[in-house]
Amino acid sequence: MTEKRLRILVVLGMIALVELLCRTGIIPYTVMMSPIQMTGEMVRVLASGQFSADIVTSFANIAIATVVSILLGFVLGLIIYAMPGVRRALEPLLASYYAVPTFVFYPIFVTLFGVGSASIISIAVLLAVVSMITATLNGLDRIPRVLRKTGQIYRMSRVQTALLIELPAALPYLFTGVKLSVAYSFIGVIASEFILSGAGIGYAIAFAYNLFENGDMYGLMLLVLVVVTIVNTALNMIDRRLQARRQR
Amino acid sequence: MSAASSGAKVVPLSPQSPAREVHAQLRGVTRVFQLPTSTLHALGPIDLDLAKGEFFSVVGPSGCGKSTLLDILAGLSAPQSGTATFEGKPVSGVPDGVGVVFQEDASFPWLNVRDNVAFGLRRAGVDAAEIARRVDYAVGFMGLKDFASSYPAQLSGGMRQRVCIARTLVMQPRLILLDEPFGALDQQTRLLMGDELLRLWRETSATVLLITHALDEAAMLSDRVGVMSTRPGTFIDFVETGWERDRDSRVVSTPHFGDITARLWEKLRVEAMKIMASGKD
Amino acid sequence: MPRLAGTLIVLLCFLVMWQGFHLLVGASAIASPLQTVLKLGTLLTQADFWANISETMRAFVAAFAISLAGGVTLGIVLGVRRLAGNVAEPILTTLYSIPKVVLYPLVLLCFGLGISAKIAFGVMHGLIPITLFSMNAIRQMKPVYGRTAQVMRLSPTQSAFTVIMPAILPEIISGVRLGFSLTLLGVLIGEMFASQRGLGFLLTNAINIGQVDTIMAVALLLTVFAVTCNSLMMLLDRQVSHR
Repeated sequence: MTEKRLRILVVLGMIALVELLCRTGIIPYTVMMSPIQMTGEMVRVLASGQFSADIVTSFANIAIATVVSILLGFVLGLIIYAMPGVRRALEPLLASYYAVPTFVFYPIFVTLFGVGSASIISIAVLLAVVSMITATLNGLDRIPRVLRKTGQIYRMSRVQTALLIELPAALPYLFTGVKLSVAYSFIGVIASEFILSGAGIGYAIAFAYNLFENGDMYGLMLLVLVVVTIVNTALNMIDRRLQARRQR
Repeated sequence: MSAASSGAKVVPLSPQSPAREVHAQLRGVTRVFQLPTSTLHALGPIDLDLAKGEFFSVVGPSGCGKSTLLDILAGLSAPQSGTATFEGKPVSGVPDGVGVVFQEDASFPWLNVRDNVAFGLRRAGVDAAEIARRVDYAVGFMGLKDFASSYPAQLSGGMRQRVCIARTLVMQPRLILLDEPFGALDQQTRLLMGDELLRLWRETSATVLLITHALDEAAMLSDRVGVMSTRPGTFIDFVETGWERDRDSRVVSTPHFGDITARLWEKLRVEAMKIMASGKD
Repeated sequence: MPRLAGTLIVLLCFLVMWQGFHLLVGASAIASPLQTVLKLGTLLTQADFWANISETMRAFVAAFAISLAGGVTLGIVLGVRRLAGNVAEPILTTLYSIPKVVLYPLVLLCFGLGISAKIAFGVMHGLIPITLFSMNAIRQMKPVYGRTAQVMRLSPTQSAFTVIMPAILPEIISGVRLGFSLTLLGVLIGEMFASQRGLGFLLTNAINIGQVDTIMAVALLLTVFAVTCNSLMMLLDRQVSHR
């Protein structure tokens, strides 16, 4: 049996097991509802449009955070790459960046911008941007010198070389940064909404939890899970295509 | 100039090496790999006698199963049919007295040169004084004395291979198998390393089997060269070189060397072209 | 050392920007560097602050221990058993990218509002990266090391401890480093919204009362702690590696 089929079997098997445990009451309803019931709730939540505003808010925030961190990260990466002295100085800090529990700065943003999209996007960008910077630096590093020399032999202008040779060559590595930015934006936005917010999916889940509205809560949780899985699978497919180009 | 008229010894297609004690032997050895959708005949049938103290090289086109042959002789893998014997006993697992130098750099990056070389002895429980004596000797012999405390990351590819050879040498193997040990090195370094290998061979009086894709290396270093066909590899020729025991890389300038390489290439070229034509490597 | 000088300059610039920002938006929004340090100093003399620290640390140490032991073991098993590893890897990477915060209500429902919930949050964040890195460590190991161990006729135990473990250790340490940070993050986030004790709770509490200097003091403390531990682990990595 191929690995793919085996994997699908394993995942379906585990879901079936959980379903069984829920139905027989080993996992009590008060703790968690069965996967099938959750799916039902998710469909209901989507159909009722009750949380549409929250869903739209969250995805808008995630999209903005992603785009901002990708662009900002790329530009900063380019700038840092062009200044080796600055890069050497920043390198130890960049390496330690993800050691810092970035979320502890969320309260600071809240005091600055209040409880709203601005703080949420800020923390998400803060979380995601460094992965894009690192990926940009890495990608530019990995462009084999011989490719640039080829551009020179063809007597291409700086801009032509950048767009036609350097960008495609660096693309697989840049895309790794894009993947991470998307992931971090998701995490940043939803976690912030959860901790302290007035709108968005994270807030809606926390609200439902506090009101013991398990139906709404699980419906929304499953929605996030499904969206994240779809987005990740799509990104991974693109990534695999790009990785095939990588220099060994 | 044909090979026959040049004076290279023409040897009948028999694995028997005249009148010397047989150290290791392969008879009717085949190796088959079961893949999910097909069966791969990697090697065989192979018949080979290694005389004690002989320096024997194997040359062949890519994918002919040279490395598989070495694996079987070393006990790292078992043949589907046929027998492998070492010192009269059938090979089952890695026998005592066999050393292997691999193609890839196998030096342990977390140990310095000295600890790398001492590694096998320490695991075997040899006493510390003996270890020190043997390690000092091997390190000195392979020209690593000034680097004894360095780590492999600080050394060149050639030096790292020397560390691997030293590590094998300290175990005092009676049969040394080398799988394209100098493949990653440049030609000049290869020639010098070849000289080192000859020195080692004379010093230890071990039997040596060297796998190489470089004809000149085989021709220059060996007492006898076996030429293998494309997959499934079998021996299609054995060439005696007739060199003196105290030879070194300077034999490359003799006409006899040219004859030997011509003879090797004569058979090998046909096989190598088959590989090229098939588009695979 | 010129390299470190550059980094120090960057940090200095950061301090200057911080001070500037403080002057710009006022003390009610951002505390100055000096105020932050002084507040931290004051807090560190208070017994109940230390009680909060110990609360967080207890949860963190337990969570990290579980993530470490579980992650390395699971990772090695999945690395050695190729098929299982290949099947599990995409599942694990997908789980990794789910915003775990979404599963928090489920964790709370399972574990209640005590320290076990916090430990569960920490493990949720740290287990998978350690597993993935450990699995990768085994897969990336050069096959020639295994064959060398065979040729030297080492016993399986000797092989495992003297060849395989040192060979995979650097990669495992990278995973542990990441797992450390993420476990800490998980525990803190858990405290930030679902606890009445600990540093995370202090943070959210301080937002509610509007104590800006406390917020920043705690953030500073956590940053310094995290960066120090990370740097120590990187030093360990370099020591062990010799590469």
